[in-house]
Amino acid sequence: MTALTLTNVCKSFGDVEVLSDINLTVEDGEFVVFVGPSGCGKSTLLRVIAGLEDASAGTVEIGGQVVNHIPPAKRGIAMVFQSYALYPHLSVRDNMALGLKQEKQPKSVIEARVDKAVQMLDLGAYVDRRPSDLSGGQRQRVAIGRAIVREPKLFLFDEPLSNLDAALRMNTRIEIAELHRTLSASMIYVTHDQTEAMTLADKIVVLRDGRVEQVGTPMELYNNPTNRFVAGFLGSPAMNFLTKAPVDIPPGGTLGVRPEHLRLVQTGRVNGRVTHVERLGGDTNLLVVTDQDETVTVRLFGQDPTAVGDIVGLDFDDANAFVFDVDGQRVPFGR
Amino acid sequence: MTIARQNRLNTAAAHGALILYTLIALFPVFVIVINSFKTRKAIFREPLALPDADSFSLIGYETVLKQGDFFLYFQNSMIVTVGSLFFILLFGAMAAFALAEYRFRGNLLMGLYLALGIMIPIRIGTVAILEMMVQTGLVNTLWALILVYTAQGLPLAVFILSEFMRQVSDDLKNAGRIDGLSEYRIFFRLVLPLVRPAMATVAVFNMIPIWNDLWFPLILAPAEEVKTLTLGSQVFIGQFVTDWNAVLSALSLAILPVMVLYVIFSRQLIRGITSGAVK
Repeated sequence: MTALTLTNVCKSFGDVEVLSDINLTVEDGEFVVFVGPSGCGKSTLLRVIAGLEDASAGTVEIGGQVVNHIPPAKRGIAMVFQSYALYPHLSVRDNMALGLKQEKQPKSVIEARVDKAVQMLDLGAYVDRRPSDLSGGQRQRVAIGRAIVREPKLFLFDEPLSNLDAALRMNTRIEIAELHRTLSASMIYVTHDQTEAMTLADKIVVLRDGRVEQVGTPMELYNNPTNRFVAGFLGSPAMNFLTKAPVDIPPGGTLGVRPEHLRLVQTGRVNGRVTHVERLGGDTNLLVVTDQDETVTVRLFGQDPTAVGDIVGLDFDDANAFVFDVDGQRVPFGR
Repeated sequence: MTIARQNRLNTAAAHGALILYTLIALFPVFVIVINSFKTRKAIFREPLALPDADSFSLIGYETVLKQGDFFLYFQNSMIVTVGSLFFILLFGAMAAFALAEYRFRGNLLMGLYLALGIMIPIRIGTVAILEMMVQTGLVNTLWALILVYTAQGLPLAVFILSEFMRQVSDDLKNAGRIDGLSEYRIFFRLVLPLVRPAMATVAVFNMIPIWNDLWFPLILAPAEEVKTLTLGSQVFIGQFVTDWNAVLSALSLAILPVMVLYVIFSRQLIRGITSGAVK
């Protein structure tokens, strides 16, 4: 069964088209991440799925049922927001229970489900507190709990980690991944952070300017980007693009090589001077200005003695290189 | 607000300016109150002196309480003010929510139309309002005043409140929608508590002019049983003789209820700021 099917979904605000012709399916139990730069329409798409915005055209099906004209509360979804969006006047327990009360569930069911979620998220000590007495991480857990208790067909996450600090972000990321494993529920997750996308997703949807650029598993997108945008968006540090390449490229095209696929050699096909070194312990990142005056990043594993000002040669395997034409589309090269 | 950034001289200057302003603002009130406790002769001999054993007199208050039905006037003023504020806040907030929250054709025009009243004084329409009130039989009722003051207060209320409603987190409203709350419950339970400071501001802005108004009570409700306090006090101001003791006493008494209302709203104002919704 498919959890979600989008067919030719379009959305425009006045004359501005923010989503054009989106087609997508989410299988049951799948974790799908929408990723893209800010303003690419990913949050709008999520809101269309949730029913908070109406699609201008196309159909939205959740669990095999067309929901275009069904209000958000009856779509069988639950949503977690970036700003937590907890009800300030209710305790943690009541925050979680409100949705079920609105559904007119019997008291025993509400209590059982809330207790289960509280246990799952380790919120036992806070059930009677107000949101204003909780830290950011705890608030986000309550928000996740509020989604869990509704036992939805589809979970929607709208940049849930963006307001958390780095350490907490990683912990919560792992918690969300575990949650997905335990509940084996279908989830859609919106983020602009490619690390979150790569680590969480079964399937990544890369969006740009309201269009789907590519859909695939994280490794498919990493190994086989169909265009320059996807290639540059996924992977950290980002892929290097050379316009004056040492290999044959179409006029106006670019050569793309990931920083981790460049290696230091005596004299390689690219040569330059090191202008900056980032030593991270596990890796070392070099910023190199080439003789053709282009900046490339080199990611070396482990620690490396190279210093600022050193002249280095760089080389790569053709199999790890990508060539893009003038429009940014991938053209066959190397492999 | 960090202590490190405050310099002693600046603090002193700021406090000095505020204290000076307070003194200037309170001076007329102070003069009214002290003179209301003095004999007529003492008021004119030394208007700025405090009442002493010689000049102390409650004659003004006695006149006020004997002449006319002052408690009724108080009650009328109170009903009109509180009633008007209630309707201004209720309808103003609802209109502001619609303007801030929903995209519909003519949203901007509607907002401008509602704001137009800020620029056009309602007194221009007095004659038409009086005709309308006569035809609907509302002349000499408190409802006439409440309706007029509601109309008078709405434009500014809508203008201020819609600005504040735009700042209420969309996520919160959307969370409510996903949990199946009706738009009314989202409005009353989620949004209104968060714009409480703005509501208090609007209430304070509207309260004083309504309480002090003489124009509309004089025209729309001059009958004895619906007189407001300001209108009631006018009996002491004659064309040739004015009973200053009574006038000053009446004014002193008129300050009290409005002060109580202000204290209520200002506490709401502070409490509203501290509610923690997002982040």
